[in-house]
Formats: sequence, structure tokens, C-alpha cells
Amino acid sequence: MARRELQEINAGSMADIAFLLLIFWLVTTTIESDMGIKRQLPPPVPPDIDVPQAKEQNVFNVKVNFLDMLLVEGQPLDIQELKNKTKSFLIATGDGVMTHQIGTEEIGKNRDVILITGANGKTNAAFPEREWVRKSDVKMKIAEYEQIVLIAEEKNKDAFRKVLKSWQEKLTTINLLGGDYKQLPASALISMQNDNNTTYNTYLQVQNELQSAVNELRDELALSKFGVSYRELEEVYGKNKQDKTTLEKITAVRALYPQRISEAEPRDAGATYY
Amino acid sequence: MSKFKKGGKRPTGSISTASLPDIVFMLLFFFMVATVLRTEDEKVQVTRPEASELYKIEKKHLIRYINIGTPMDKRYGSEPVIQLNDQFSQAVEVQDWILKERQTLSESEQSKMWVSLKVDQETKMGIVTSVKQELRQASALKVLYSATSRARTGTEE
Repeated sequence: MARRELQEINAGSMADIAFLLLIFWLVTTTIESDMGIKRQLPPPVPPDIDVPQAKEQNVFNVKVNFLDMLLVEGQPLDIQELKNKTKSFLIATGDGVMTHQIGTEEIGKNRDVILITGANGKTNAAFPEREWVRKSDVKMKIAEYEQIVLIAEEKNKDAFRKVLKSWQEKLTTINLLGGDYKQLPASALISMQNDNNTTYNTYLQVQNELQSAVNELRDELALSKFGVSYRELEEVYGKNKQDKTTLEKITAVRALYPQRISEAEPRDAGATYY
Repeated sequence: MSKFKKGGKRPTGSISTASLPDIVFMLLFFFMVATVLRTEDEKVQVTRPEASELYKIEKKHLIRYINIGTPMDKRYGSEPVIQLNDQFSQAVEVQDWILKERQTLSESEQSKMWVSLKVDQETKMGIVTSVKQELRQASALKVLYSATSRARTGTEE
């Protein structure tokens, strides 16, 4: 037998094979992009506890029925108008004035007044009463709690420090915003209730509009005060958690427009047939 | 100038492509390692609703998915069902599932778990509410209503 010389295999097509594999991989894998609306569910309520009811004017009621129709503060509403109405609720002060002040400056000017009529027929019944947070009061509270922390028992100190810190945050907020501000009462919230036969899409659109109202107001305030939108502030802080000044700005914006969107306890079917 | 032209007719050797496969393989391996593969296949049909106020969770290993929609396989009927991991489940099983999934995270991260609800847009809220109630009972309070992105509606400014 003739000894044939061992030939080298041509590796030139190897690249093609590898490319083919690569492209196959790129096409078949879908990079999971999971985005959605963030919500914090309320903790479970023991059955024997009565949930205290907030004042009616402090709650912005949104109900969705089994036909996907909206009832906002006792009146039917188109979903396109929901965002503006929600904004009115967040901006207005108790007496039906559509603005609230930071120091001498007015926030929410040049806005169309959308009067909200409550379920009881009273106009403006749905406006929560914003409370003043004044620099002088806050300073007094800080001085008071500094004393308390000093003399408190060791086991209670942390709790008092927390309170002290919250007052200090209010002071930085006042400084950042450039004046005294009005905050929403603690019980003010946006409440959403849906029927078991509401479609998920409608439910999510309502959630989205409510969130959108809060986000837009926050963006508006952050832009006018700090020159950047609230979203950017959060992104900057998300990248660098040590960034104190950004955190203070975020806290300041949140102090004015807190996000309190709650979902009412589900009712039995038939309970929301209005 | 003639200095440069002196050896003009030297044959240019072709560039060796022998290392090209290595480069491409390297790319391939990079992509294989970098992409996270979904280990479970979707057994329910989910068309996610559109929304504008989306939030993205950076740490993906903290997310657990619950899918709700009509079964892909028509033999299982046309009513919406819940899919946990790889199988159809009842709402009452959600609590146990959450506890199990929580164990897969390290202790410091257990409280940071997110539950992403991938729900078909045509689903009625009844089944979603029951799942949410179970999540509350299991103290898995951070939820993400999964949606695809769209622009904000009717901005007034």
C-alpha cells in the first residue's frame, strides 16, 4: 500500500460553523426583559380586627365594576380623565383651593380646576386637608427630641432616634424646597376597588393612570426645584446608594407627593354591583 | 520617494484566518454564559397588557414568576389557570410555593424577593385577587404586575 501523506484538515470553514452556532444562539434566546408596575401589597389583616376608616375627604375612591366601568368618588368617569382627577386630589388643599404653597411660592398654578364632587353630593368633599409643616415648629420638635434621646432609657433610644430623624428629614426638606410646605394628612390615600369580573387589562390601566398621576407630579416638582426629573433622581440614587444629597431630594419630593395607592379588601361578588 | 517603491513587487501573504474560529467561539461562549435561560416553559398563553409607568428590577435572581392565562394546550380547557414553575396549580398552593422559593434565596435576601405576576390581559380579576390574597398570607408583599411598555397617555403639558 502506498503511504499517503497525512494531509492537514482545512480549518477555514471552522469559523463558519462557529458563526452559525453563534447566530443560532442569538436568535433562539430571548433576553428576558421583565418590567412592570411595582406594588406593595398590604400585610395580611387578622380577621377579628376592624380596619379604621379614614375620613371620607381624605380618600380618593376609585371603583371598577364588572363591565370595566369606572366610578370615581361616586361618579362615573372615563379612564382618560382619571389621571387629571387624581392629580387634583393630590394637589388640592382642603378648602377646594387647587394650589398649595411652598413658602410664598404656589405650586400647581395655572391648572384647570376640576371640582370633585363626593359621594355625598358635596363639592370638594374629596379634598384632603393639607397640613402646614413650618420651619419653626420642626426646629422646636428637633430640639425636643434631642433632649428626649439624651434622657431616654437605653432600650427606647432607638425608637426616639427614629422620630428625631424623621423630623430632621423634614427640616432638610424645608431647606431644599426653600420654604414651609403643606403635607398630606397621614390618612390620605388613593383607594382602588375592583370586581371579580373586572378584566385584568382594565385593572392594570387604572393602576397605571394612578401611578402616572403621582409620577408626573413628582417629575414636575423635581424639575422645577432641582432641574432634573424625579425618575432621574431615582436612577442616580439607584446607582450610588451613598449619594446623600440625591436621597434628600427624593425624600423632599416624596414628602409633598407621597405614593399611597391602596387596594381595598376584596368584596364578595355582587357587592360592587353599583 | 523612490526609497519606498524599491521592493514594490513583494507578494503580500494573505492574513491567516486560523484564529477566527477561536474569536467566534469566544463570542459564542460569552453569550452563552451571559444570557439567562428560562428554565421553565410557558404553559399558559399570556399577552401582557401595556402600561407606561414601568419599573425594572435589576436583580433578576430575586424574581419569582406566577403566570396566569388560558392553557396553551387546549386539552386543559379554556379557563384561565395558574402556572407555578412548571405546572398548573391552584391558588391555595401559592403559599407553599412561596415558602419553598424563599428557601432558595440566601437568608439576607429572603425579604427582598419579588413576585412577578404575568397575567393575560383578558383574565378576570377573580383569579388574580385570590392569588394576591395568598401572597399576602405568605407575606410576599412585593409584587410586580408585568407589562409591556407604551407611552404615557394624554399629558397635559
